[in-house]
Amino acid sequence: MQCPKCHGPMRTYNRNGVQIEQCDMCRGIFLDFGELEALTRLESQWAQQVPPAPAPAPAPPAYPAQPAWGAHPPQGHYHHGHRKHGVSRLFYSS
Amino acid sequence: MTTTYSAPSLLAGMAALAGRWDGPAPVSEPVVLAERADVLVVRVGDVVVKAHRPGMDPAALRARLSLAASPALRGIVLPPVLPAGGGPGVSVVDGRLVTVWPLGRPVEPAGPVPWEEAGRLLAALHRVPLPALDASAGLPRCGAAARLARTMRELERVGSSPAVSEIRRAHATLPRWAWTPADPDWRGAEGGEAGLVLVHGDWHLGQLVRRADTGRPAGEPGWLLIDVDDLGLGTPSWDLGRIAAWQASGLLPPDVWERFLAAYRGSGGPAVSEGRDPWPAVDVAARAYTVQSAAVAVLRAGREGRAPDEVDSALVDACRRIADLHRSG
Repeated sequence: MQCPKCHGPMRTYNRNGVQIEQCDMCRGIFLDFGELEALTRLESQWAQQVPPAPAPAPAPPAYPAQPAWGAHPPQGHYHHGHRKHGVSRLFYSS
Repeated sequence: MTTTYSAPSLLAGMAALAGRWDGPAPVSEPVVLAERADVLVVRVGDVVVKAHRPGMDPAALRARLSLAASPALRGIVLPPVLPAGGGPGVSVVDGRLVTVWPLGRPVEPAGPVPWEEAGRLLAALHRVPLPALDASAGLPRCGAAARLARTMRELERVGSSPAVSEIRRAHATLPRWAWTPADPDWRGAEGGEAGLVLVHGDWHLGQLVRRADTGRPAGEPGWLLIDVDDLGLGTPSWDLGRIAAWQASGLLPPDVWERFLAAYRGSGGPAVSEGRDPWPAVDVAARAYTVQSAAVAVLRAGREGRAPDEVDSALVDACRRIADLHRSG
């Protein structure tokens, strides 16, 4: 088979049961009908077998965010707005 | 101009006093900036006049005023407005001690809080070399322990309740020096690892003002510390204590404590050592301010005739955890 782009000779390879033709000259690859889908399927199977790389663990804090008597967890309901007025009470001698 | 607590004669006397500094007549109309049962702050033109709490020691206030006027505190603490011809900066109006200050712009409660600048200013205050101060009037002890003692006395006058019991239990975990203004050993007790330094003594976000001229060399607008009522010698951890109490009570956004502390450490603040857990160093002050703030919260809720809100409850909960931890420990 001849490369449709540069007319160089193409060689057949078998990759996990999928036949692909590669040009010896320009290294271009020719896929038959359905072969791209077959390769994609193989890739996704491979990705499922390999456990995802663990996310880099956050660096442990150099020291605790609160004392032993603190309101663990520190952010508690903060994001839900329950205690959003905490800072406003820091504007006078509480 | 009406006031809730204060006699009209006090307000009129303060306005007249301000008139002596507010430039040529006509004297501006006084505007009440803050009024609580014990303190009245009035703006008149470009100056602010403060009537200090009744019972304040005049000698201690004079010493604190001269500290604020000291060149060693330029660029850190707002200096008072002093009479042009010299003489005392502390006047007596209607039986109250009164001082005069330049006008500054406070932190907007709705706007960004200059946490980093606050940390840097407190570190700078704590690093003021004591020999550089004119101590001829004597350096008083900072007023934080006295403030806690006053609040606990006030709490004795209200009826008992579960919240008051938790506050008293947490108070009982504190060392004596933290709530005894007349403790004869206060110098040794407050000195601790960091040593005795100049401390604000009642620091919170209302204790910052922005000025066009800070007195710092760069000459650009910036923040200064205000309110000398509790200024004096003490452990630097007092000035981190209220923010630490809020952090431990779960009342701060997650990053605020770190930002404040990092700026304080980055400026060489002596209360906490670099790279070490800050909590052992600020623990007593954080517990003291948790007790103090919970007591003020319960007293205020009582005066307003309402149930405790979320912040009040968070502070009382922290008191319960303090007491439980120390009971089991």
